[in-house]
Amino acid sequence: MPHDHHDHDHLSPSGHPFRKDNDSALSYWQTMEVAIRELMVEKGELTLAQIQAQIDAMDDRSPANGAAVVARAWTDPEFKKRLLENGSDAAREMGFDIGPMHLVAVENTADTHNLIVCTLCSCYPRNLLGLPPDWYKTREYRSRAVREPRAVLREFGVELPADMTLRVHDSTADMRYIVLPARPAGTDELSADDLAKLVTRDSMIGTGLPKAP
Amino acid sequence: MTYTVGTSVRIKAMSPLGHIRTPHYLRGKTGIVERVLGPFKNPEQLAYMVPAPTRTLYRVRFEMGHIWPDAEAPQDTLDAEIYEHWIDQDAT
Amino acid sequence: MENPEHRWHDMGGDAAGPVPMDSHDFAIWEKRVDALVILGQQRGHFTVDGLRRALEDMGEQAFESMTYYERWVAALNQNLVEAGVYSLEELGAKMEQIKARGDTYGAVQS
Repeated sequence: MPHDHHDHDHLSPSGHPFRKDNDSALSYWQTMEVAIRELMVEKGELTLAQIQAQIDAMDDRSPANGAAVVARAWTDPEFKKRLLENGSDAAREMGFDIGPMHLVAVENTADTHNLIVCTLCSCYPRNLLGLPPDWYKTREYRSRAVREPRAVLREFGVELPADMTLRVHDSTADMRYIVLPARPAGTDELSADDLAKLVTRDSMIGTGLPKAP
Repeated sequence: MTYTVGTSVRIKAMSPLGHIRTPHYLRGKTGIVERVLGPFKNPEQLAYMVPAPTRTLYRVRFEMGHIWPDAEAPQDTLDAEIYEHWIDQDAT
Repeated sequence: MENPEHRWHDMGGDAAGPVPMDSHDFAIWEKRVDALVILGQQRGHFTVDGLRRALEDMGEQAFESMTYYERWVAALNQNLVEAGVYSLEELGAKMEQIKARGDTYGAVQS
């Protein structure tokens, strides 16, 4: 297949367009990943298909799943009660494969805002929301979210009124937390699908608010 | 013993060296049991692949003003999950 | 050694600067590390607690100088070696074999 010669600068040694994933210099840790993977397959611990299936399952998990749960809670008061009572069962009820995760939903109200952090590592409700954002895992977030949460929220563009109570949740053990944001005003006419589009990842961590309609 | 919701508790100040899940900033602090989460295997043993006894896990709620003397909003709260062996009943 | 009464990873309340907001897309090798970590637990060779313990014991220098998934693959290795899933000799031989296949991640896939 002829290549466009203008693109020679952007081609990798293989002759194909440069892909950072595959065409950067092999690192020690990448070599270790390949080695562990091959050893585990050779020893019958895992198959390549299982590994790919796990990658696909994780790729399927995203904030859209959490947004669907939130939108349902906004439109179905009985579901919301069940969600607040047992977040795991409620998520499974909606068909999400969250595995053994213990999910706790905490509700934002007119006088309460919630913020989630894991100071000891980076625990996150990944089985519902997918992989956490890089900032969630930083020293800065982990240190300051429990110490000066309102200042941290300001960095995210969220200013809480003084008469609102902020509840910070440090995921120190088996529970994983999702914030149930407050439903934005002026959304009475919206369907659950349209409501879900207003629910951002950050609003389910507590560092953001849902979008306006 | 089992602590009930609303009980005032104090987090132990001990510092054993190894995999523990009680944050250092809560040691010696007083809070209220917010909910009883139930029995879970102790991560302090799970981390080393030795038999792990079950411990009752609690969510304990602390007032920010009781953790940080200069908290911007002392009435804000901090909830953390703490295993029973890190908790003493607070008599005060 | 770090302060045994306030270990480096126990970060709540430490002084720190503004939260860095940059993010990156996950590379395929990182997703594979993630998958191996989950599947290794499902196989019963180690627990998430063991993974965390290995990460903690790696020390603060590792947190500062290695990426998240570099530390995860190191912790995964620690746990699998402790579980006897493979020996260091096997790991070493395999890694040399892989390096001989090429210079890039893509080139060494079998």
